[in-house]
Amino acid sequence: MTKKVKLSDLTDMFKDLGNVEALEGVTIEGDIELDISGGGGLNPALAYALGHETAQISVHLANIANMLGYPVGQAFAGMAGVGIGGMAAPTAGITAPARLNKLIPSKFEVKNVEEWKHTIQEVTLGATSADGGSRKSTVTLGGENSLPFYFDTEMPHRNYVTMDVFDMPIGMAKAVKMNYEDVINDPAEWAKKVVRDFNADMVTIHLISTDPLINDTSAREAAKVVEDVLQAVDVPIVIGGSGNPQKDPEVLEKAAEVAEGERCLLASASLNLDYARIAKAANDYGHAVLSWTQLEINAQKELNRKLMKQCDVPRENIVMDPTTAALGYGLDYAYTNMERIRLAGLMGDEELTFPMSSGTTNAWGARESWMVSSPLKQDSDWGPREYRGPIWEIVTGLSLALAGNDLFMMMHPTSVQVVKEITQTLFGLKEEETIDITNWIGAEV
Amino acid sequence: MKLNSPLQAYKFLPGTNCGECGEATCMAFASHLIDRSLKLTDCTPILDDKFKKKYAELDALLAPEIREVEIGVGDHIVKIGGDDVLYRHKLTFFNQNALAYDVWDTMDEADLVARVEQIRDFRKFYVGEFLQLDMIAVRSISDDPKKFADTVKKVMGTTDLPLVLCSFNPKVLKAGLEVAGDKNPLIYAANKDNWQEVADLALEYNVPVALFAPNDLDMLKSLAKTFLEMGMENLVLDPGTFPTGKDLRTTFHNFLKIRRAGIEGDRDIAFPIMAVPLTAWMAHDDPVSASYWETVVASVFTIKYGDIMLLHSIEPYALLPEMHIRDTIYTDPRKPVTVDPAVNDVGSPTADSPVIVTTNFALTYYTVESDLSSNGIDCYLMAVDTDGIGVEAAVAGGQLTAAKVKKGLEEAGFDLKEKTSHNTLVLPGLAARLQGDVEDEVGANVMIGPPDSGRIPGWMEKNWPPAKK
Repeated sequence: MTKKVKLSDLTDMFKDLGNVEALEGVTIEGDIELDISGGGGLNPALAYALGHETAQISVHLANIANMLGYPVGQAFAGMAGVGIGGMAAPTAGITAPARLNKLIPSKFEVKNVEEWKHTIQEVTLGATSADGGSRKSTVTLGGENSLPFYFDTEMPHRNYVTMDVFDMPIGMAKAVKMNYEDVINDPAEWAKKVVRDFNADMVTIHLISTDPLINDTSAREAAKVVEDVLQAVDVPIVIGGSGNPQKDPEVLEKAAEVAEGERCLLASASLNLDYARIAKAANDYGHAVLSWTQLEINAQKELNRKLMKQCDVPRENIVMDPTTAALGYGLDYAYTNMERIRLAGLMGDEELTFPMSSGTTNAWGARESWMVSSPLKQDSDWGPREYRGPIWEIVTGLSLALAGNDLFMMMHPTSVQVVKEITQTLFGLKEEETIDITNWIGAEV
Repeated sequence: MKLNSPLQAYKFLPGTNCGECGEATCMAFASHLIDRSLKLTDCTPILDDKFKKKYAELDALLAPEIREVEIGVGDHIVKIGGDDVLYRHKLTFFNQNALAYDVWDTMDEADLVARVEQIRDFRKFYVGEFLQLDMIAVRSISDDPKKFADTVKKVMGTTDLPLVLCSFNPKVLKAGLEVAGDKNPLIYAANKDNWQEVADLALEYNVPVALFAPNDLDMLKSLAKTFLEMGMENLVLDPGTFPTGKDLRTTFHNFLKIRRAGIEGDRDIAFPIMAVPLTAWMAHDDPVSASYWETVVASVFTIKYGDIMLLHSIEPYALLPEMHIRDTIYTDPRKPVTVDPAVNDVGSPTADSPVIVTTNFALTYYTVESDLSSNGIDCYLMAVDTDGIGVEAAVAGGQLTAAKVKKGLEEAGFDLKEKTSHNTLVLPGLAARLQGDVEDEVGANVMIGPPDSGRIPGWMEKNWPPAKK
């Protein structure tokens, strides 16, 4: 069922909330209609935005509009150029004797990088009915011949986002949690929501309740949740354990079995657990393996080598997670580790020519993303945390995109939209009208 | 730089092993020249007249590929450029990119002063120092020289931060320079139309100048070559920052091309690059969206080769990530990841003070330490050897275990029963699952602290001292 809402109605609705300063002065011209799907009332995403603190509304307006495919950029395009002050033409006549009165003509030239002779392995996640699975779409990672978005060669595949779903309610930053309160007890509904409302390319189901120190949910019960999620959504999925090294092999084996043929990504094989069991489960039931190491390029080589040589995992079934640290909490190591891994791959280190995945959600561990205010008295005011959190996740993610990361595990809907927007812009998918920056100095911004 | 081994630099040095630079041998000094951790002027003998020629030769060979440009004077001088590599792990990036925030000449005086004060005073404590903003960019919107000069004067009355004077009208720039000319501001910008007059100003006032050729690298190089020919080396290149769509992709490519060509030896284009993420405000009308996109664009060009950037939003949610991504990229990757495992005093702990456990990952350790000391908490802070891995990951990866905690106490010679009245350890909240193990292994009481050390002060109020058992 579809309800047509005019954007101008939207602003009226927001006005009714009172004191929405951020919207003042914004006029929406024309009768642009938004298609809002969802039975009876408003789309949940919209309802959630409406119920929000007023201070947050403007960002969500843009965000929701984007999510629903409403071309925000175009609506504002007519206004973009307004207010640019006229620039005086360069005055004629030179006051002091110029030493040159003509520009020296010049041609700019730069070479492509010659050492990048190797291709990053392509890995496809998800299988459609043609390949023995039940996914409607698949995701292919890798295939690069240069650093991401560079001009040396075209990047064959865009970046993808897989959104986190947990098999039990967990502690989350407030800004994140408010998006999931209605589905927090139902992983299948949660998975549906991230695909339907938040534009997730994939879903990661984290089976954290299986940890013996949490609920010690059995592998069999956990596998049931995986089945539910596979039923609920038709995108490729990542299956994550609890991180408990004793329990994970058993949990992932069972999950791999019930998901046979779907080409899921099993997360994770690591050096501190029985990676051979996870590799075998992937091989036996047709899945890919996430090879996880902790910020150490040599450990990453070692684990990849063991997966290939000892466990016979085919190259097209390996994705690496070299670990993501949050902005301000070790992102420098994470960034450089990934950049070095990608450069080594492009220059032919066959133990490192694999696509990469980032647990970008880790950004929410940074206090800047969730704390109400700084714990340090000497700091300037940190401002509202509702805005700090998403941008922390965005900057963490886009930094790693530039280091070569392919797949992003993320949590906040706004962060997902913006990371997609910037990576797809740099990739070349975004057509926008050219903004004339010739006289940007005089712009009334 | 044109050298890649210490031996090549050694040949130019006096070779006396005099030790005045602080190194035992000239060879050791040479290796510091190559990794740029010492300067040639640290060698006092080579400054002597008889080595004049060798000094000049070596100095030229050691010069960074990308020229270094200084803006401002005195304590707040900002240096940009000076890089030798395309990837930070190959050495490190030098001179972090300068963050300049804008004011404009149509602002009310009170607003202007308030905004400048906010930019001047914004700070965030991080790993032992304050992250701060660097510069003020004054934009001429009115195109009126007098208004511009008045604005510049007002800004200078409020802050010593270096300035960027922004106008394409040479008359306006001149009015600004009449006020600020002796403060070595960056003038922005010479373009294909006004370059002769702007060059005259840059020469007359001997100030650095930005060259602007939106998406035209031939023109940009042509301008740079022409200015060089006229004797100006303090140049900054602005290839235009187009904020959206394929134009932004092209802008990204332009930055990559300029820096690659510069590092590979094209001297005509080996200058610091300027990004103007402020143009995001020309693409988005909603201020939160505009600010978000501006931060996104700023982050992209902090990572890939922007050396100075002009920005608009001064909301904390823009400033904090902008300062942090800059710190991320410009942190020297050669600096150690870890602190020495130990039990350290914070403040003046007594037998009744808590013993707080964290990891030896430098970032974690310093964060916890600054949270404790800035809140006046006297305690013992224990850095467990987790191979430099943070708490959550070390618990998951097995680098933070009960055995490691015990070993750490033993090696530090810290006997809980002897040194404290409570025989209690406080574990990080993220290591809560280790509580039982640590109690058994160490034979001490174990309390679980908050998941973030910023909350230790509140936690202390509720939980310390521990109830007597």
